Amino acid sequence: MVCLSVVSETEAPVKDKFFGVFLGAVGLLVTSVALVAHHGAASFDTTKELTLKGTVTEWIWANPHCFLKFDAKDDTGSVRNWAAEVSNPTDMTKRGWARTSFKAGDEVTVALQPVKNGAPVGRIRHVILPNGQTLSAGAPPPPPPPPAR
Amino acid sequence: MAKRFTIFIIGSAAALTLSSVMRAQNQPWNNAGLAQSPNQQQQTGPPAAPAPRRDLSGIWDAGGAGIGARGYMTPPLTPWGEALGKTHKSGDGARMVPVEDINDPLSTMGDPEGFPRNLLFELRPFQIVQTPNQVLMLYMFEKRWRVIWTDGRRLPKDPDPRWYGYSVGTWEDDYTFVVQSVGMDERTWLDNAGNPHSTEMHVEERYRRVNQNTVELTVTIDDPKTYTKPWVPRDKLPLRLMPHDTDLMEMIPSASEAAEYRKVFARPGK
Repeated sequence: MVCLSVVSETEAPVKDKFFGVFLGAVGLLVTSVALVAHHGAASFDTTKELTLKGTVTEWIWANPHCFLKFDAKDDTGSVRNWAAEVSNPTDMTKRGWARTSFKAGDEVTVALQPVKNGAPVGRIRHVILPNGQTLSAGAPPPPPPPPAR
Repeated sequence: MAKRFTIFIIGSAAALTLSSVMRAQNQPWNNAGLAQSPNQQQQTGPPAAPAPRRDLSGIWDAGGAGIGARGYMTPPLTPWGEALGKTHKSGDGARMVPVEDINDPLSTMGDPEGFPRNLLFELRPFQIVQTPNQVLMLYMFEKRWRVIWTDGRRLPKDPDPRWYGYSVGTWEDDYTFVVQSVGMDERTWLDNAGNPHSTEMHVEERYRRVNQNTVELTVTIDDPKTYTKPWVPRDKLPLRLMPHDTDLMEMIPSASEAAEYRKVFARPGK
């Protein structure tokens, strides 16, 4: 997403811009495909994205999907324990995640797609760690286009 | 200047992300395999050396193209195939249902993936080992293996069905290894879309060594009890050679882990 907007603002020739947009589009396509769950995407509300600040209670590094459990307050101030999934350990390793990415007590910010029925369950888009690092649930973006000369 | 600075920041972030990914793929232990998309793969290095003769040995990876999450378009099914297919409730593809309704024997019960689904879904890195009378295929996903006999024997007549069938292979020429398989258990699905098959299915795999670093895999399904004509779910799928000292991750769809996942996600909030 960011790559696309940057490409459109560079002073690169039209050909380079087109190539950059093409790369970005391919990257987005690949990312969106990679986010499709293998084991039932029908439960999630793909039109909605929530950003929640919470405290990690458990990180399950397992097949078929890893999932993060964390406590977060809802609009009324009540704490709910969320469970949010990503892909399997193999795919997540390729995206820079690890069994040791989280420990109980970590304060994190989680962007997710919730399930349709309102339960505290979702599918992670990205997580911001206590040190400010962002872990993306999708495939990494394509390399940026070469800088304008 | 501001634009160039922005580009620098974005480029650095992307490079950091990619470098972490590349690091992950160069782990001496627990290697996850090649990048999932071609634009993540390093395109550097000299041209590949010519293909060696009658040699497929090595660790091979299709990258993200091996996953096949959504299954495949098939030719029209026979009435028998339609009836069987309607009993399959899959997690993706045309038969996709909510998690609680999925009855995929692999993801809900930890049944074996079976052959040829292991070539059509979650084809993760696998090692090929050649012996004087066999070709062995050792798959990262499920940590299973197949034996392909090259001693000239014929396929069995009316075999007892097996999850991974019975296979024989021959070299069609110095660079093309062809495997024929029969006797696959009807309980297994063909792909992640729940496409069915019968025990009468015949599968052909063609492994063509293009050069030192690349093999192309073509899979043909011939199952006249289930499909109105043969079809080719994998057509020249490129497999890339990984370093010979690659230690692969385990990727085992265990029944207990599947149960733990379904406890949380199959009936969310209930």
